[in-house]
Amino acid sequence: MSSTDTANPTRTPSPAAAPTAPSTRELVARQVDYWWRVYLRTWHGTLASSFLMPLLYVVAIGVLLGGYIDSDPDQLAGAPSYLAFVVPGMIAGQVMTVGVSETSWPVMSGIKWQKVYVGQIATPLTVPSIVLAQLAFVAFRLLVAVAVFLLVLAPFGVLATWWGALLAVPVLILVGLAFAAVCFGFTAGLDSDTTLTVIYRVAILPMFLFSGAFFPVSQLPAVLEWLAKATPLWHGVSLTRMLTTDTLAGGQALVHLVYLGALAAFGTWWAVRRLTAKLVV
Amino acid sequence: MISARGLRKEFGDFTAVDGIDLDVPAGQAFGFLGPIGAGKSSSMRMIAAVSPVSGGELRVLGMDPATHGPQIRARLGVCPQDDTLDVELNVRDNLLVYGRYFGLPRGEVRDRADELLEFVQLTDKAKARVDDLSGGMKRRLTIARSLINRPDLLLLDEPTTGLDPQARHVLWDRLFRLKAQGVTLVLTTHYMDEAEQLCDRLVVMDKGRIVADGSPLDLIRTHSTREVTELRFGVSVDGGHAALADQVADLADRVEVLPDRLLLYSAQGEETLAKVHERGLQPAAVLVRRSTLEDVFLHLPGRSLVD
Ligand SMILES: Nc1ncnc2c1ncn2[C@@H]1O[C@H](COP(=O)(O)OP(=O)(O)OP(=O)(O)O)[C@@H](O)[C@H]1O
Ligand SMILES: [Mg+2]
Repeated sequence: MSSTDTANPTRTPSPAAAPTAPSTRELVARQVDYWWRVYLRTWHGTLASSFLMPLLYVVAIGVLLGGYIDSDPDQLAGAPSYLAFVVPGMIAGQVMTVGVSETSWPVMSGIKWQKVYVGQIATPLTVPSIVLAQLAFVAFRLLVAVAVFLLVLAPFGVLATWWGALLAVPVLILVGLAFAAVCFGFTAGLDSDTTLTVIYRVAILPMFLFSGAFFPVSQLPAVLEWLAKATPLWHGVSLTRMLTTDTLAGGQALVHLVYLGALAAFGTWWAVRRLTAKLVV
Repeated sequence: MISARGLRKEFGDFTAVDGIDLDVPAGQAFGFLGPIGAGKSSSMRMIAAVSPVSGGELRVLGMDPATHGPQIRARLGVCPQDDTLDVELNVRDNLLVYGRYFGLPRGEVRDRADELLEFVQLTDKAKARVDDLSGGMKRRLTIARSLINRPDLLLLDEPTTGLDPQARHVLWDRLFRLKAQGVTLVLTTHYMDEAEQLCDRLVVMDKGRIVADGSPLDLIRTHSTREVTELRFGVSVDGGHAALADQVADLADRVEVLPDRLLLYSAQGEETLAKVHERGLQPAAVLVRRSTLEDVFLHLPGRSLVD
């Protein structure tokens, strides 16, 4: 190759003419190619898990186990059958899992193992743009997971109205993002991944089991019920259930939305803060 | 390109860089030398606008890293001490995604990536996973990646550490070519021969301070004599080499005791050797040679380097 085009001949630095910094939006856009390649590399694996796992759960618990459960709709938050009750719980739980799995070990790796973030901050990219781009990728992955899930379930007749199902899509993305953002912030401050394993056991799994996905939290003793209702998953499950079973209650829905939105916003802020503390030293 | 006055870096109570002054003009190949933990990487990271300055003043490409980080980084190429390649992407994709971070159009990045793969002799590995590359290939890929934005200033933190001699020579050759094209190079290294060959100017750091500064030749002239006489005695000598040092101390400007030999510093090595023989000493092996940077290091505080 010719030797003249490998690098710039020296330019004189000119302090007066310092260009303006690119906007965060522009910097996020510059990461699309990276995340698209990550997606192409991983979509088949994630598609199987976002499609097969929920289907197995729904068939085993919703259809087969649910066949033994003969409860009246009043006890099932207005859902006509146990299957219709459990499906929004499953999907909200699934969305939580996707959100958390995308921002736990991958974030750890970006900081410590592969150090992709370390490579990225040596370019014009900034920490906020790195966090936002990764969360945008998570949102895209959530969109695919939710769309697949709803399409698979539509034939089971558990989606009361088409508009409810359609509205559930952005709601579920918000649920997943709230978890992803908080998990990003949490992981960014860790020194080792042992804590992550613990978090899965003491927070994620119990939340999945006890936050109203499988049974109404009113079944729990008062203290635990109160505790369950404080979890983000309960808000996510309730809101999704309102939409898929056509039992939307405006005031209550607004509380859920504000809670989840605030959590997503806090998580994002926290993630930027903690990732900055890790990388910019 | 770079100017620093009283530049400091603190990590809590610990001072990693303790007030250094630097001026690197355009087109220079500038080297940081120094023992482990001297503060070389800490200095490099401040210059790369990824590590906030704790004190003093720093201008890179005429801009302040605190206020113009992204603008500075847009014109830098950085090869960090630890590889930060995405090991799950293939070789070419690593370059493609990186180029996009600089806002370069996709077509331009593609052309540039192919050029650079050629430049670092990785064209036939373009589709290989980074995981499957050897250490030398990874280093070359990291250098290719750091050139994707046609940087004005290239920062290389220990570019050849851990490579075999063959791979080091390939890398040196590429760095020479860049230098010939007028790219300003700043590098850190533990290797004296690397510093001697590549750098127009060196600073030697120890414990966060600059302890010597100049061209490789200047440093040798200032901190060492013209020639060195190396004496190696058999292992049976009583008291080892240290005891013998006393016997020859007056024959040279300076005597350095190494575990396996004595180094006698003087202007005329052969003359010194003749005097050693006159004293009736019978070294098992002798070597008279010119001083190198390594001798400068034996003299300077950065001694742990050669151990
Ligand atoms: N993030 C950090 N937090 C605390 N101390 C740090 C940090 N980074 C570096 N140090 C300390 O600062 C000192 C200088 O480190 P630095 O990496 O700059 O040295 P170096 O000259 O590059 O050494 P090496 O030859 O090993 O690469 C070391 O004692 C190191 O332990
Ligand atoms: Mg270092």
